[in-house]
Amino acid sequence: MSDAILSVRGVTKTYKGGTVALKPVDLDIRRGEIFALLGPNGAGKTTLISVICGIVTPSAGTVTVEGHDIVRDYKHARRRIGLVPQELSTDAFETVLATVTFSRRLFGRSGHSGYIEQLLRDLSLWDKRNSRIMELSGGMKRRVLIAKALSHEPDILFLDEPTAGVDVALRRDMWRLVHRLREGGTTIILTTHYIEEAEEMADRVGVINKGELLLVEDKAALMNKLGKRELDLALVEPMSEVPPEFADWHLTLDDEGRRLRYTFDATAERTGIPSLLRRLNELGIAFKDLETSKSSLEDIFVDLVEARA
Amino acid sequence: MNWHGVWAIYRFEMARALRTLWQSLVTPVLTTSLYFIVFGGAIGSRMQAVDGVGYGSFIVPGLIMLSLLTQSIGNASIGIYFPKFTGTIYELLSAPVSAFEMVLGYVGAAATKSVVLGLVILATAALFVPLPIAHPGAMIGFLLLTSVAFSLFGFIIGIWAKGFEQLQFVPALLITPLTFLGGAFYSIDMLPEPWRTVSLFNPVVYLVSGFRWSFFDRGDVAVGVSLAVTAVFLVACMGVVAWIFRTGWRLKN
Repeated sequence: MSDAILSVRGVTKTYKGGTVALKPVDLDIRRGEIFALLGPNGAGKTTLISVICGIVTPSAGTVTVEGHDIVRDYKHARRRIGLVPQELSTDAFETVLATVTFSRRLFGRSGHSGYIEQLLRDLSLWDKRNSRIMELSGGMKRRVLIAKALSHEPDILFLDEPTAGVDVALRRDMWRLVHRLREGGTTIILTTHYIEEAEEMADRVGVINKGELLLVEDKAALMNKLGKRELDLALVEPMSEVPPEFADWHLTLDDEGRRLRYTFDATAERTGIPSLLRRLNELGIAFKDLETSKSSLEDIFVDLVEARA
Repeated sequence: MNWHGVWAIYRFEMARALRTLWQSLVTPVLTTSLYFIVFGGAIGSRMQAVDGVGYGSFIVPGLIMLSLLTQSIGNASIGIYFPKFTGTIYELLSAPVSAFEMVLGYVGAAATKSVVLGLVILATAALFVPLPIAHPGAMIGFLLLTSVAFSLFGFIIGIWAKGFEQLQFVPALLITPLTFLGGAFYSIDMLPEPWRTVSLFNPVVYLVSGFRWSFFDRGDVAVGVSLAVTAVFLVACMGVVAWIFRTGWRLKN
């Protein structure tokens, strides 16, 4: 892929104890996209991120960032990456301003910059800049970690479970920031358990389970491809069983015979709905309400993971 | 070279020392003063001169070495151990900082602290006893070399340690005995055989001897030998650090 900012090729990781954390993973991240990596606990999300960021040594495979190999040319590769880890690992005695300035310098930039002030203001940390980190709440510490990750103006930002244990206000602020960063051209890769967030935010979704990248899709395409839709009819007269005339539609009854449910594929050329409604009419089965729903990313995800289990 | 990165680590470590200035400087100065009151004033006045040097003056180089070794190891080991303990090491590992740059920052800061400490103890000692310095250049040289070598050693200890008790283990159970038995408070010529010969296997003997030579123009062993042993220790530590970063031992999965 020509517009890939990050390329993962055949990366595997087997830990010393023999645990296989990653089976060969191939992945391309497009410049400027928001990519969500979904997977249950222990799926290998953090291991994959850690390999890319240089914290874990891969057993095999290569990773390039803007064409720079993360091993041979690690300095160029790492300068472009910012990482917000899952754990709240911070210093305790440093001030907010000192720790963010430290990060910026560590990544090879001069510590004197108006950028840090703007960053701290954006994250509502400016008023706390002279507070020691240990005096801050968990949510504020999370903001500090984000500020540290962004301190050197990276092109790629990794957010590992950014909203785990975070209150509503911070979560909202965080997504606003993510949007603003994306508008500024930053590529964002996040892992999350909150599938509705991935559904709302991401351009593309990757699903990983047991170290295997099961699929990578545009979110909309994924929803279309795997998304089942349901038609729910509230009947006027409850029925005890589905009449044999409806065998073709594989209908199910619910709510003690008061609801008739039809599951269909939203992408199929013929959904079967018009003929179903016609047949109902012919048989004189009356209904008082009708609704349709589509499955969420979460349903898709659960289906996928269970299907491969 | 990522000089900003080196500077960041160096500053971070120095800031840590300034926050704990009381422990870092006042404690060793107080301890040294106590040594001089006891060994220099109370006991020393009844002891004969060693190699023509008054006993109070004679123990100064050894005392400085004792502090230098334990403080270098302590400073450098906690400096790298603490990020491992709190988890902030993730940032160091993911930063565009080479092993050499990281060592320069951590070991440079630890060695700086040790040199300052050595000079402060020296100044304190000069208040109590007459202190000629025969070879000032060599004195500073030994001070620097020892500080760097043992800060490197401490850095290795910090990476090796899996808990705080292991951090205490090496200074308390290895360095302090070796220093006390390394001629810090006596000339090894005063020892009967076979202890004199056994002492020659203690590397600290060479450090103390060389350092003492720079003050009084005489030591237990030739100054060239002292220098060589210190240099070998320094190179060995560098080798181990290089190996650690190549393999990621106790740093990376």
